[in-house]
Amino acid sequence: MKVLVTVKEVAAVEDDFEIAGTEIDDTYLEYDLNEWDDYAVEEGVQLSEAGDDVEVVTVTIGPERAEETIRMALAKGADRAIRVWDDALEDAELLDVESKSKILSAVVEAEDPDLVLSGVQASDDSFGGTGVALADEVGFEWAAVVNSLDLDVDEQVAHVRRELEGGVEELADVETPAVLTIQTGINEPRYASLRGIRQAQSKEIDPQSFDDLGLDAAVADSALEITDMYEPESESDAQFLDGSAEEQAGELAGVLRDLGVVGQ
Amino acid sequence: MSNVLVVADHRRGELRDVSFELLTAGRQVADATGGDLHAAVVSGDVEEFGDQLNREGVDAVHTVANGEEFNHDVYVQATEALAADVDAEFIVLPNSVNGLDYAPAVANRLDRPYVSDVIDAAYDGGVLEATREMYGSKVETTVEVADGPFVVSIRPGEWPAAEGVGDASVEAADVDIDDSQVRSTVTGFEEVGGGDVDIADAEFLVSIGRGIEEEENLELIEALVEATGATMSSSRPIVDNGWLPKNRQVGQSGKQVTPKVYLAIGISGAVQHVAGMKNAETIIAINTDPNAPIFDIADYGIVGDLFDVVPALIEEFGGDAPNV
Ligand SMILES: Cc1cc2nc3c(=O)[nH]c(=O)nc-3n(C[C@H](O)[C@H](O)[C@H](O)COP(=O)(O)OP(=O)(O)OC[C@H]3O[C@@H](n4cnc5c(N)ncnc54)[C@H](O)[C@@H]3O)c2cc1C
Repeated sequence: MKVLVTVKEVAAVEDDFEIAGTEIDDTYLEYDLNEWDDYAVEEGVQLSEAGDDVEVVTVTIGPERAEETIRMALAKGADRAIRVWDDALEDAELLDVESKSKILSAVVEAEDPDLVLSGVQASDDSFGGTGVALADEVGFEWAAVVNSLDLDVDEQVAHVRRELEGGVEELADVETPAVLTIQTGINEPRYASLRGIRQAQSKEIDPQSFDDLGLDAAVADSALEITDMYEPESESDAQFLDGSAEEQAGELAGVLRDLGVVGQ
Repeated sequence: MSNVLVVADHRRGELRDVSFELLTAGRQVADATGGDLHAAVVSGDVEEFGDQLNREGVDAVHTVANGEEFNHDVYVQATEALAADVDAEFIVLPNSVNGLDYAPAVANRLDRPYVSDVIDAAYDGGVLEATREMYGSKVETTVEVADGPFVVSIRPGEWPAAEGVGDASVEAADVDIDDSQVRSTVTGFEEVGGGDVDIADAEFLVSIGRGIEEEENLELIEALVEATGATMSSSRPIVDNGWLPKNRQVGQSGKQVTPKVYLAIGISGAVQHVAGMKNAETIIAINTDPNAPIFDIADYGIVGDLFDVVPALIEEFGGDAPNV
């Protein structure tokens, strides 16, 4: 069995940052493995540990820099990695869901996995759509916001739970091959062990260009364009408590007493 | 003329609030493009739902009876067929958990751009300018969608609900669902997160987020809870890590709470968290990051390190702060 896990390197902005045009300068960004993808990787690795002959392959759309993040997934137990990059992507400011799902679909077609796991959303652009669009593109079945997976390989069905709003879960049976978008909390992602980190160094990260995947450069053209980026105007009328930590705590204690929620 | 189609969201016999917000957002697009607003409801008690969706500004309501509850295979087919039927250029769907499960597929099937989780929208000469957040709500962006048809999903709670009674026709749509293309089955629902305490009843919640860093450090918050008589709740990562049980989670997928005071410590204020606590009477936040979105809805703010402020606060109430 083969499990393909989509792994995105996401950018987080530091507490202090500046916006230049429609971008945040690289110096204010920190790169990391997307939180939701971390859980997807773990789910894939757990499947491989539970069954014989399960290969876990990660796929990333990203520049060479992303290899650091990819190595983290490899160190946690993925077997090998594919990294898609192309000159055409160099200038793409905002890769939309359509572009990502088309690019990833070429990888799915080449790899022919039984299961694709992806994160519910990416913490930087938060589109939350790539997994489901990819499923539709390749004709797989799917389920979004999955927080529990029980895979029946023989019957070719994934018994999943989907986490709905307000503490309600939906139980569903999904035919495989399928794409599942993984919600945090489905498992406990492991830390990479030293041994894992060492082993990851020798695992393969296979670079693939659009040519390799039979994709046209136009796939990088996004229908969406960011025309403005700004810090949201705070509608806050918060009263900030100043001073040293002790002074702040003193004022806060007064507020809590005035509000009547803390005795005397 | 560019018609607009919105598809209502419902669960366990009730239309969800976002359904009526969709009508408002949809009407906005229809006004800008000079088209009609078509609302659709798929599965469940569609006749009842159809009547409820007949609010002011809606031109037609289409019902598709098929099963009781949401099934994405059915919704994708129904939306695709209806879009063709009513000649809908623009499709507006909810960015709810169900929306996450089918809106991207609708866009893909119809080969249209998809803009998700939109919090505001404007139209300029037929071009959609959608407002979205990025980087955990730290920045907002205006995203232009090239002219032509699109699928957008809107964030629940951002548009007012459509009101009044409309004079739309409510009719069964002529849509056939191909059952061979329905490859997933909903087998049930389950409530989770019962247990010892109901944080929804608490008057004073001390809520902790990822700023606490390590499980051992929770001791500090426990001491605060003890000194103040508060109830402890948390953001999602704390529950994901197994540090607190699920019934303590505040937010979209956790509990909705309305305490007199909500003290958010080391919580950034992600939209899914805020969805669960924004109706607290007084919101107080302690966070090292002055730009944390939680401060936007806070009544009182402390920009500071919880490891300095919380021990001092415990002492204010005569408690003993553990060394963490
Ligand atoms: C479908 C879906 C459903 C979800 N449902 C929920 C839900 O129900 N509830 C929920 O909470 N989340 C939910 N989430 C997750 C949500 O998107 C966020 O990931 C989560 O709320 C972040 O939690 P946090 O604020 O504790 O962590 P972070 O966003 O990591 O924030 C930590 C904060 O702590 C501050 N901090 C760090 N160190 C200190 C210190 N020493 N002192 C003071 N402050 C410090 C940081 O500045 C930061 O602002 C959901 C997500 C999805 C996709």
